[in-house]
Amino acid sequence: MSTIEETLKQLLELTSKKFHISVDQLNPEDDFFEKLDINSLQVLELLTQLETHFQIELPDYELQGIKDFGTLAERIHSRLS
Amino acid sequence: MKLLTPDLSSYPSLGAALRTANSKWANHLALIEADRDRENHRLTYSEFNSMALKLADSLQSSGFKPGQRGAILMSNQSKWLVSAYAIFYCGGILVPLDFKLTPSEHYSLLKHAKSKVLITEYPLWMGLNRSIEHEELTRMTVVVTEAPDGEDLKGAHHWKRYLKDKLTQPPQFQPRNREDIACIVYSSGTGGNPKGCLLTHDNYLKQCQSLMSWYPFWPGMRYLSILPTNHAIDFMVGFIGPFICGATVVHLRTLRPEYLRTAFPQYKIAYVSVVPMILNALETNLKIKFSKLSTFQHWILKRLIDVNRLLTSNKPRPALSRKLLPKIHEAFGGHLRAFITGGAFANPATLQFFYNLGIPVVNGYGLTESGTAVTVNDLKPFRSDTVGKPLPGVTIDILEPDQTGIGQIAVKSQTIMKGYLNEPQLTAQTIKNGTLLTGDLGWIDSSGHLHLVGRLKNMIVTSGGKNIYPEDIEANFNDIDVKEFCIFSVNYVWKRHSLKQENLMIVLRLESNVSFTPLLLKEIRNRNFRLSDFRRVSSYLLWQQDFPRTASLKIKRDLLAESIAKDCDPELLTNL
Repeated sequence: MSTIEETLKQLLELTSKKFHISVDQLNPEDDFFEKLDINSLQVLELLTQLETHFQIELPDYELQGIKDFGTLAERIHSRLS
Repeated sequence: MKLLTPDLSSYPSLGAALRTANSKWANHLALIEADRDRENHRLTYSEFNSMALKLADSLQSSGFKPGQRGAILMSNQSKWLVSAYAIFYCGGILVPLDFKLTPSEHYSLLKHAKSKVLITEYPLWMGLNRSIEHEELTRMTVVVTEAPDGEDLKGAHHWKRYLKDKLTQPPQFQPRNREDIACIVYSSGTGGNPKGCLLTHDNYLKQCQSLMSWYPFWPGMRYLSILPTNHAIDFMVGFIGPFICGATVVHLRTLRPEYLRTAFPQYKIAYVSVVPMILNALETNLKIKFSKLSTFQHWILKRLIDVNRLLTSNKPRPALSRKLLPKIHEAFGGHLRAFITGGAFANPATLQFFYNLGIPVVNGYGLTESGTAVTVNDLKPFRSDTVGKPLPGVTIDILEPDQTGIGQIAVKSQTIMKGYLNEPQLTAQTIKNGTLLTGDLGWIDSSGHLHLVGRLKNMIVTSGGKNIYPEDIEANFNDIDVKEFCIFSVNYVWKRHSLKQENLMIVLRLESNVSFTPLLLKEIRNRNFRLSDFRRVSSYLLWQQDFPRTASLKIKRDLLAESIAKDCDPELLTNL
């Protein structure tokens, strides 16, 4: 079973690849809307990719209000464990 | 099929109209709820009624009385509508809350509305509990859906256990009158000054009657509900309208494009309401697909679109358009009559793009204060450059028009709210002699179409349909290291006749002999990031004079805006 740190690392790597931004520029506390300059539809696309990668389901309604990578990684991790 | 406009004149309330609909359409399909490609359930009107009455019975047992307020804080799902009907059945006042706000904003509105009941979803409820003092929340009766079994709900009721398995007799229906308040709808002001619009049963029934006279629904018709149901448009065309006409509302628990795409053909969707942002995304996707066609295919497509445009110049011809452009229509399920949009600026080129493909976009204009809509495009013919004509029963005047005919839009209609909750002064400023002063600028052309061109108010509407009042987000910047600051809509300061790219700016007056430091910029940026993405300030301006203030030291915003417009150029704004 992976640790929360590993989940976060994978999340940041995937995000970096999808949005062509260096992983060094991404931090757990970053607001992904602001950091990536993306809208809510693009966030949904990212979530779909994360689901495929982690092989989990992240219901839209459970993710309301989540804006930073750290909290998102926590939610993903809770689904993995 | 000739569709008849329903006659709602005999109903004293929304609850009474829905009650009749549940009985009239008992065996028709009312709701389909799907989660991705799995269908959660289907409910006939009879089953919907039965579930709502169980909830109403439990609410009444919890002491919920006629005239009290019941809030719904949920994403789009069938229990939203079940809960709304149960609240109306109990004679309650519905407070629909925007689930996309933050927990502290939710709490501020629940407190302002003095809600006795809250019906919400588990993740939202837990979010509220993490942010707000528990005692404050448990003053309400709280019912939570989607809660895992065995979870500590912090004093809330689990939906499954709150509803009895079987009722020995139906609860007492609590009648309301036309002039009673049906809903308190918050148009904005989640910061220091919530603006709760008091809309009566009469407002909604008149709105439904006039909208259905232009766009009737019918039994078997399917409406896809993706705009939040607390939004005025979805509340009317994704609940009240379809239910009164016996149509079916489809809820998806996801907005992922891949599932949205499959929902159209799977559920034979006829109408869907969207915000302009979604229309733009759909347009971009289609254009990408078109660009991948071979030169020959592209040439053929272009000719077919031209033919369709010519043949539909007077009115939409859905059957013909489907034959001319079958693949495009199949991608939208083959039954789509129109997109419905409003609430935010929609680009005319995007509206025209879809109309040329044979999919009209019904564009309209309205404010929370005026119900759902006051003007709607009647498609006779389609006009992408306007927000339509006044609906039956609506009169629009242009106040103090300039030489080009542009002035403030004033609305007279029986759909106009009674006023703002606890704000008699603001109500008196907004509604004068029964006329709603919208604060929006527009003009009416010779064919009676309204053109919306700008705002008088210090506010913006995002492409996601959110009203943002700069005053409401100033609290977020309190105590920054400046002498004074003020937030404006850029278009309010430099008036321009356009609704494109509405943005906010912060005007900073520094202490004397203090310079603008990178540290201060960083602090402002940090504060800005704490705001929801759609509420952020996009630029700043350094101002060299003290702000004009009233005797009670409030900033005279209009005077300050005038001075800035006179002395500064918008190019002096620096991006944050």
